[in-house]
Amino acid sequence: MLSIKKLHARVEETTILKGLDMEIKPGEVHAVMGPNGAGKSTLGYVLSGRDGYEVESGTVEFEGKDLLDMEVEERAQAGLFLAFQYPVEIPGVSNMEFMKESVNAMREGRGETPLSSAEFLKKAKAACKQVELPLDFLKRGVNEGFSGGEKKRNEIMQLILLEPKLAILDESDSGLDVDALQVVAKGVNSQRDGKRSFIVVTHYQRLLDYIEPDYVHILSNGKIVKSGGPELAKEVESSGYAWLKEGENA
Amino acid sequence: MSEQIDQALERKYDAGFVSEIESETFAPGLNEDVIRRLSAMKDEPEWMTEWRLQAYRKWLKMEEPEWAHVDYPKIDYQSISYYSAPKSMKDKPKSLDEVDPELLRTYEKLGIPLHEQEMLAGVAVDAVFDSVSVVTTFREKLEEAGVIFCPISEALHKYPDLVKKYLGTVVPKGDNYFAALNSAVFTDGSFVYIPKGVRCPMELSTYFRINEQNTGQFERTLIVAEEGSHVSYLEGCTAPQRDENQLHAAVVELVALDDAEIKYSTVQNWYPGDENGKGGIYNFVTKRGLCEKNAKISWTQVETGSAVTWKYPSCILKGDNSVGEFYSVALTRGKQQADTGTKMIHLGKNTKSTIISKGISAGRSNNAYRGLVRMGPGAEGARNFTECDSLLIGDQCGAHTFPYIESSNPTAIVEHEATTSKVSDDQLFLCRQRGLDPEKAVSMIVNGFCKEVFRELPMEFAVEAGKLLEISLEGSVG
Ligand SMILES: Nc1ncnc2c1ncn2[C@@H]1O[C@H](COP(=O)(O)OP(=O)(O)OP(=O)(O)O)[C@@H](O)[C@H]1O
Ligand SMILES: [Mg+2]
Repeated sequence: MLSIKKLHARVEETTILKGLDMEIKPGEVHAVMGPNGAGKSTLGYVLSGRDGYEVESGTVEFEGKDLLDMEVEERAQAGLFLAFQYPVEIPGVSNMEFMKESVNAMREGRGETPLSSAEFLKKAKAACKQVELPLDFLKRGVNEGFSGGEKKRNEIMQLILLEPKLAILDESDSGLDVDALQVVAKGVNSQRDGKRSFIVVTHYQRLLDYIEPDYVHILSNGKIVKSGGPELAKEVESSGYAWLKEGENA
Repeated sequence: MSEQIDQALERKYDAGFVSEIESETFAPGLNEDVIRRLSAMKDEPEWMTEWRLQAYRKWLKMEEPEWAHVDYPKIDYQSISYYSAPKSMKDKPKSLDEVDPELLRTYEKLGIPLHEQEMLAGVAVDAVFDSVSVVTTFREKLEEAGVIFCPISEALHKYPDLVKKYLGTVVPKGDNYFAALNSAVFTDGSFVYIPKGVRCPMELSTYFRINEQNTGQFERTLIVAEEGSHVSYLEGCTAPQRDENQLHAAVVELVALDDAEIKYSTVQNWYPGDENGKGGIYNFVTKRGLCEKNAKISWTQVETGSAVTWKYPSCILKGDNSVGEFYSVALTRGKQQADTGTKMIHLGKNTKSTIISKGISAGRSNNAYRGLVRMGPGAEGARNFTECDSLLIGDQCGAHTFPYIESSNPTAIVEHEATTSKVSDDQLFLCRQRGLDPEKAVSMIVNGFCKEVFRELPMEFAVEAGKLLEISLEGSVG
């Protein structure tokens, strides 16, 4: 589904990703962990094509297509979704309106007819209930005045509505209380159908108790320095990243 | 992002076509003779001619204002033609069937079909083409309710006493430079009279179109709402795309007697000039309303056009408990300049005013809000609330806020809030990541910013206004 080879990318003058490789097959969940500033969010931005993130070398294939050659919205329409670490507010634009435009843009991209307001409303209400947000969140401005946790749930609501092929969750668990964590995890798990894939960026083992990964990668200084199974996350949880530095010195 | 925004700003102007219509146009130039001829063309009563000449003499002694935050070359008033009318209008058509089909097509192309059965249900339209009113629809239905809605030139013949009683009472003929010029040479416009206690049965609307080259458009609108009456009125404006600048200096007077309510909405889309600032309309407009006891006047405007805009719809809150409102969206792009805002003059007790101004600047444009709130000595317990928000798109544009507050009554309360924000990279990225193209994304963000104003517009026009903003920001490629 996604094949990243020797990816080098920079932000402004600084090279952040320095030869990153990753291979994701349909239905797989890959957890990405790593110290602050390692380049985890950068990876999400580079994959989704954000302006200002420049690929220096390497290739990324998404479902057989050259992902790096596509515009941001084309990648999104092709089924790539990014749940933001810091979701931004769009004052005055209702969540409902925003998500409807979004769902219909995706449908248009796939050559499907747009959903009617009634059809959309039904789906939106269901998604809203699934992430346990009160229905008036559909009427409120996008992320406008939402608490940290509410913003994260709102991202998951969009994930549920958009049904992407590959979802990148950038710290969707940070700032969540225990109940919210379960809500978010359930939302994500509801999307696991053996075909959809996930990149779950997190600092904590906790989330991975609920969303069980197939692989865990440690990203440090712009590279995957170690990959393994779920046990790797537990190792990080108990011993941190000190061993990374030792490795560097050795 | 600024690259996408720049592309978004290379928008096209949909209303920019020219209609091939034979016109009768005065040679350029302005003097007392021209005014007499103009007045004679319209077969006006003697007092009207005299009124015009007085205004002209005042105007000669006045200086063009320079305090606004706009910059444009000196206008040569002798190079402008002060009268232009489609020839086919000479023998005034009595019904739509007699109107030149080319004229009707012009309005159809603009999305304003004048055949009543095709029109937006419940909206009566007065179509003004260059200097004359072409047609007014739904007149009979309005007459049944006692409502007068007709070209002001016609009102001068049919209802001279009413016109004489109110014309110039809110905007005196020597009020300011452009108002004086308008008073001297105004050609047409709409007259509305709502009798006591009547709720006007439909939206009234005037559609202004400048077609001829080198002509100025000087229309004059007068709306009188008798005690306890109610009316909602909308004006729309477009002009062809031309390289020369054209002058539009209108005057609008509103009179709301005791307990009356007037809602005046404008969707202004005059040709703004090209991206280098060539051509476009100079829009210098005086709009003012007078509120008697418990009356309410509400101005809502969506301004996206014109090269230069100079416009301050105002309310004189003379009667106790009267209410004034101003809701404005002004979008500037390319090299457009807008200096707009309002004046709320509180004279009566417990008068209230609300000002919500949304300025959007893009490209290399300049957008200024200029608002005056004056609390007179008699304005016991008066209140004003002002919210003034600016949204910047890109980094080469400017937003400026000039609030003036004058209070001569210690019990009056004035509140002012101002914010400036940008369409951020983060917002744009979020939208695109969710599948929206940059053009759609920007227009959605801008629409959200304007929501408080759009919801004040009559339903049909709120949708129009949203579309207009979208078109204005059109042209972006991902
Ligand atoms: N615009 C920028 N200019 C220069 N450096 C930047 C810019 N944006 C990000 N960086 C740097 O890139 C590095 C990687 O940032 P990134 O946000 O990808 O880290 P992260 O792994 O997501 O960290 P965290 O766990 O704290 O979220 C950081 O050192 C950051 O300071
Ligand atoms: Mg991060």
